[in-house]
Amino acid sequence: MSEDHKETFITKYIFCQDHKMIAKQFLITGMLMGIVGMVMSLLFRLQLSNPGESFAVLEWFLGEKWAPDGVLDPNMYLALVTMHGTILVFWVLTAGLTGTFANFLIPLQIGARDMASGFLNMLSYWFFFGATIVMICSLFVESGPASAGWTVYPPLSALPEAIPGSGFGQDLWLVGMALFIVSSLLGGLNYIVTVLNLRTLGMSMMRLPLTIWALFITAIIGVLSFPVLFACALLLIFDRSFGTSFYLSDIILNGEALHNTGGSPILFEHLFWFLGHPEVYIILLPALGLVSEVISVNSRKPIFGYKAMVGALIAIAFLSFIVWGHHMFITGMDPFLGSVFTFTTLLIAIPSGVKVFNYLTTLWKASIRFTPAMLFAIGFISTFITGGLTGLVLGDSALDINVHDTYFVVGHFHIVMGISAIYGMFAGVYHWFPKMYGRMMNKKLGYIHFWITFISAYGVFFPMHFLGLAGLPRRYYTNSEFPMFDNLTDINDVITFFAIIGGLIQLIFVFNFFYSIFKGRKTVQNPWKSNTLEWTAPIERMHGNWPGEIPEVHRWAYDYSKPGAEEDFIAQNIPLKEGETEH
Amino acid sequence: MTNILIIVVVFLIVITLVQLLRVGDLLSEIKNVDNNKVTDKDNNAQAFLFFMIGGVIYLALVLWQFKYWGIHILPPASSVHGETIDTLMDVTMSLIIFVFFITQPLLAWFTYRYRRTKNKAALYYPHNNKLELIWTIVPTIVLTGIILYGLSVWNNITMSDNSEATVVEVYAKQFNWTARYSGDDNTLGKADFRKVKGANVLGVNMEDPFSKDDKITNEVHLVVNKPVLLIFRSQDVIHSAFLPHFRVQMNCVPGMITQFAFTPNQTTAEMKIQEGEDFEFTLLCNKICGIAHYNMQMKFIVETQEEYDAWLASKANLSEKLLTSK
Repeated sequence: MSEDHKETFITKYIFCQDHKMIAKQFLITGMLMGIVGMVMSLLFRLQLSNPGESFAVLEWFLGEKWAPDGVLDPNMYLALVTMHGTILVFWVLTAGLTGTFANFLIPLQIGARDMASGFLNMLSYWFFFGATIVMICSLFVESGPASAGWTVYPPLSALPEAIPGSGFGQDLWLVGMALFIVSSLLGGLNYIVTVLNLRTLGMSMMRLPLTIWALFITAIIGVLSFPVLFACALLLIFDRSFGTSFYLSDIILNGEALHNTGGSPILFEHLFWFLGHPEVYIILLPALGLVSEVISVNSRKPIFGYKAMVGALIAIAFLSFIVWGHHMFITGMDPFLGSVFTFTTLLIAIPSGVKVFNYLTTLWKASIRFTPAMLFAIGFISTFITGGLTGLVLGDSALDINVHDTYFVVGHFHIVMGISAIYGMFAGVYHWFPKMYGRMMNKKLGYIHFWITFISAYGVFFPMHFLGLAGLPRRYYTNSEFPMFDNLTDINDVITFFAIIGGLIQLIFVFNFFYSIFKGRKTVQNPWKSNTLEWTAPIERMHGNWPGEIPEVHRWAYDYSKPGAEEDFIAQNIPLKEGETEH
Repeated sequence: MTNILIIVVVFLIVITLVQLLRVGDLLSEIKNVDNNKVTDKDNNAQAFLFFMIGGVIYLALVLWQFKYWGIHILPPASSVHGETIDTLMDVTMSLIIFVFFITQPLLAWFTYRYRRTKNKAALYYPHNNKLELIWTIVPTIVLTGIILYGLSVWNNITMSDNSEATVVEVYAKQFNWTARYSGDDNTLGKADFRKVKGANVLGVNMEDPFSKDDKITNEVHLVVNKPVLLIFRSQDVIHSAFLPHFRVQMNCVPGMITQFAFTPNQTTAEMKIQEGEDFEFTLLCNKICGIAHYNMQMKFIVETQEEYDAWLASKANLSEKLLTSK
């Protein structure tokens, strides 16, 4: 980096190539999209607990067309469900999480001046920004946004006659996703190359902090699976606009037989879930990485079983590619294939179990410092256990028959993937905020944020398991048409109550975040007494990260409370003392 | 007007919060303490809170939900294979609950017990291969058992011999279901989506000799303790035929034929005595299919052979029906 590098407003804040600023761009875009997605969920929760009732707030948000007299339109309900899923899965938990922390932490923690290609990195953000604009525009299309579910299964998503949301709204959805995939791939390639090539002297792979391992493996999964989604979306665009029949066959709509024959919607499902399942781990692994780091720092203890943790990450990543069929047990695929997918799916419980037990052992005989980040990390372990365990039911093809696509699934994946990953993200933001902005976030507001979020997240998603075991399908506009579901109102009321509380309390976080950027108390260089390299860099943001030489690494990242040391942490750039052995 | 008022109120709240935080920050600066530093007091309070909320209260509420919301869980299966699924479910759930009630209390207890006070040092304990082996091998053995058990149930369900089963077609379209009985030959006539026209709502090919005795109905009647093979087709988008009481579910995919065989072992009348007068076996759609997805249902009635025969005899053959409609 040249010393006389001049920054204008545009190169510093907008078309910036500095990884730290790009990380912040991803974070803030992700947060704003998170608010949009969350508000959508609150709107449809109102309908689910009080079907057919009039709410002024619905009409205020959606207008007279989509909420006439304050009653949610069924098509808009499906659109909200679809867009909520799309935004949360891709915009918040993929780009918001990985985009933020891979960009921010990879160069800082491996001791690099920046990403391998700052320019590609900048492009990655701006493709994402373009995708965001397209997706937001699709909300205002006259026929409504995409409404075939976030999985956009054809033929529903392919035919505007089947549902109005499959008109122009679906076109924009597909274009938005295509741009998003480009962004993801540019980012992912950059992360892989950077981790492989730009590690500082002494930073061997087995000395990498677990955050970097997790982000590195996430990037590999993304690069291998996102292109398949791209192909999948492209074929859908062909079917929609150019009359091909990849996914369409034997269809009659409005009394008219379509010309398409020979295609298969199941092909779409295979292609979609070939990304779709690894996507779950693209979301979860970065959270696992962030949480590992936060737990170790705040336990003042090395993470237990570092090598096993890395091995578990690799095992999970490998298995994630051969389990996609468990989303399709009841599509009529060959029962033998179902057996294979049951087998591979349930195997994931082994590395996941190793991670949980290693976290518990890390906490054992620790000296836990309860920062807001640490609370979220502990909350993560709790939700990861709760949500992970119900996976044993869903991964078992015989049991899946009766809980497939019910609220049991909704409860399961929101806890294990949604809430856990969001906790990981919050832990990351609270923990690295001082590094990002040179100021601290308010601790008390952090505590309040954690507790109310923790209580309401369980309050929303735990009861859903009971709805599912009662046989209630997901994506129902109301369950009042079936007498067998009549007595579920009390559960639905509880869920909506906690959803509103949990949603509102996020405003405290947003407030704390922006307040602290400008007014938070200035921080010291290494506020958490952490070992990793980012805390050896000066507080002031600068291109190139370190003013002089890049620090050299002499030990792993987890020398906390090592016997014989003066303090309870030894930064990675401090050489081994004479006679001192590595872990 | 109310909109403007709301905006003003929100604005004022934010300003108040900012000022309150500022006052707190400035006070702490004057007193020269860092109010964002985590103190022993914080550790004690937060650790205790986690023990209570994340441990005691959470687990108590989980039990409470099982007690009070457990009644909403579906009644025991009304089909032969469904009972094997229920047993597998019970075994899996017991295992889950067992692991849950070991790990969650451990987490809550460690979190509380090992909170930082008076700068107490942590134990440097980076790895222990023996422990790692234990919690790799033990879950592997338990999972092997669960997988083998699950797969045997799955194979019995999906690989059953269906030669004796009555063949009934269930046809899905936006937003209702139609059924077709295969008649005395127990074979459905061929169908083609291009032949859907007028009264021939399923596009049955009437030149196929097997079609002559097919019967089209708007509800499905089944004979108790007699195997049935349901054949699924869809006219437009993917639907999913979900019969929660029988533990039956299969997607209906346009351009493709899917199937599910089962044997109901409870009559509707028996279930009415057990579950209340308004009980019905109901077929639901369980794959998002459009605006009325939430209300796409068909009645299934399980009855004795005599009742079934009488009902089926009252339905006209498709060939006769088509003649009269012309």
